[in-house]
Amino acid sequence: MGKIKSLEELMKIKESTLKELKMRDTDKRGKIIVAMGTCGIAAGAKETLKAIVDILGEKGIDDIAVVQSGCFGLCDVEPTIEVRIGESEPIIYGHVTPSQAKRIVEQHILEGKVVSDLVVKRGEL
Amino acid sequence: MPAVENTIVICAGGACISAGEISVKESLENTLREYALDEVVRVVETGCMGACDLGPIMVIYPEGVFYQKLDSNNVKKVVEEHLLKGRIVKELLYTGPTGEVKEKPQEELPFFKKQVKIATRNLGVVDPLSIEEYIARDGYFALTKVIKEMNPEDVISELKKSGLRGRGGAGFPTGLKWEFARKATGDIKYVICNADEGDPGAFMDRAILEGDPHSVVEAMTIAAYTVGASKGFIYVRAEYPLAIERFSHALKKAREYGFLGENILGSEFSFDIEIRIGAGAFVCGEETALINSIEGKRGIPRVKPPYPAQKGLWGKPTLINNVETYANIPPIILHGGDWFAQFGVEGSRGTKVFALAGKVNNTGLVEVPMGISLRELIYEIGGGVPGGKKLKAVQTGGPSGGCIPEKHIDTPITYDTLKELGTIIGSGGMIVMDEDDCMVDVAKFFLEFTVEESCGQCTPCRDGTKRMLEILERITEGEGTEEDLETLKELSEHIMKTSLCGLGQTAPQPVMSTMRYFWDEYEAHVKEKRCPAKKCKALTRIVIDKEKCVGCTACARVCPVNAITGSVRNPHEIDPEICTRCGSCLEVCRFGAISKVSP
Repeated sequence: MGKIKSLEELMKIKESTLKELKMRDTDKRGKIIVAMGTCGIAAGAKETLKAIVDILGEKGIDDIAVVQSGCFGLCDVEPTIEVRIGESEPIIYGHVTPSQAKRIVEQHILEGKVVSDLVVKRGEL
Repeated sequence: MPAVENTIVICAGGACISAGEISVKESLENTLREYALDEVVRVVETGCMGACDLGPIMVIYPEGVFYQKLDSNNVKKVVEEHLLKGRIVKELLYTGPTGEVKEKPQEELPFFKKQVKIATRNLGVVDPLSIEEYIARDGYFALTKVIKEMNPEDVISELKKSGLRGRGGAGFPTGLKWEFARKATGDIKYVICNADEGDPGAFMDRAILEGDPHSVVEAMTIAAYTVGASKGFIYVRAEYPLAIERFSHALKKAREYGFLGENILGSEFSFDIEIRIGAGAFVCGEETALINSIEGKRGIPRVKPPYPAQKGLWGKPTLINNVETYANIPPIILHGGDWFAQFGVEGSRGTKVFALAGKVNNTGLVEVPMGISLRELIYEIGGGVPGGKKLKAVQTGGPSGGCIPEKHIDTPITYDTLKELGTIIGSGGMIVMDEDDCMVDVAKFFLEFTVEESCGQCTPCRDGTKRMLEILERITEGEGTEEDLETLKELSEHIMKTSLCGLGQTAPQPVMSTMRYFWDEYEAHVKEKRCPAKKCKALTRIVIDKEKCVGCTACARVCPVNAITGSVRNPHEIDPEICTRCGSCLEVCRFGAISKVSP
């Protein structure tokens, strides 16, 4: 890191670090829960989780929390993720590979449209 | 952007470290690795969160769940339950005095809710080893503003508007102090940060240095720019190794980023800070003694005037402020003096950090607006007195302060109101006392401290306080006379008038204020040879109620000196000649048969 000489340079550091700090905020619009039971991890949930975090970061979405959980009990369709936005009913998606995760973020999180071909369950478990 | 989704913030303040924070962190990191979560869960150590009696503490974000009293075993459970399965570990959550369990006490509990954090704004939020996180919280923006847009007079005028007074104890208006140092003539000037915090019970300076060192670096640099200094020193006591370590790291980073050193932020202004480690003498917190100590001389006070602003370090004009005072400066510059002045009351603006200790449920650091009442502080933030006991008094201001009795509990806390009550805000130590505390014993405790810490330079402080302590010892031993009480008063007045520095001038304060409000206790000790609080060992006896004693033998078994005799299922007896009044028997008796009496 070179020496800082202007307010603009300082602002840049502030903005990039704020993103990280914001991850600690509690008031989020919604959350994506990634099932990280043994079966989920075996089916690739760790890669899915990373893909979700990366794509949220790329798109600059900071009001969606990504939370890990244990097995949803849907072991045959792992990796599974649950998307909860505000008061609307939660959606569980199955077989979420990193590329499918990207689709879910783009369609469901950004446009508010459920990705119907991946849905395994609607509503509360 | 790193693939991080949970951030765990662990309190790495001194109290949590003593409570085992390091092994908790190690165990946490090992468990995270075991479950392959180490890449997606970030662990951040932060400064003191304030709730020191609950440590080690951690908060898991984004949910903001607050876990307390962790150890290397139960932290594993947090990872397995909370992080892996999304289930909150209830038994590790905060439990209020009345038994209610809280997930996010930082938002809901009065302990956190009633606080206004300015000096401690970053404690518990940022990683003290990350300059970027400090910047993200508006760090170094005040310095940039000062250098790019303000001249020294503007800074002084904002400080005056803010009404900030020195938080080290004496409460001198900060703006005025900076103005004196600015106007003083000299080719070289110095800026000093006094981090020789020595008051029993106060630890806010340590917490700030450990948790937010950059705020002090930034403020000292602003001060140097304002008064025209090129060199700064921070004087930290050797007992604060972690503060020294984190502050050194902050200095290094600030130099790398161009906030310290030559041509700061590309301007003509150059300034750097050096650390000086004190040897842990209480008197070195007195500014002139501190200056002597930095010069390599013995840490004893100089006669004032001249004040350091005129003739300080190596005879040059020197600005000296305390850590907490400095921590308030960057927010004042950024938001303006008027913004700061909206908190607090006339004559006492802004907030003050208090270290709550003693007989209060929530001990730790709290930052509140000035003018808050002692009742709010002790009952709402502090959670009241434990064990259903009655509040007796609050000792404020450390050895230079005094006691406030329960009847004045609704007094708003300001520089002036406390002065009227015969005490001071001082550095912000606040020791809560209940009915079991003897006020003569309390005065003796503080006198013991002063006698131990007197530098010995002037006779009133060196010998006078020693005589006072001897009298107090006699009184608590049951050998005091009415003449002793008169002598105590006289000595107090003389020592206050004739001592060389502030330490001696205030040393009799704890005695004066306890005599003022608890004269009856002094009289009881002297005239009736009785300690009303049943605290002074020489004036109390432990007795067994024969009616209640069932002869369980529990007391006889714990007595370390075998003072208790009796046979099974028959009432026991205590030999007062052998008994040392340690109280072990009181704790084990399940039948309420043992009690203290005085005399």
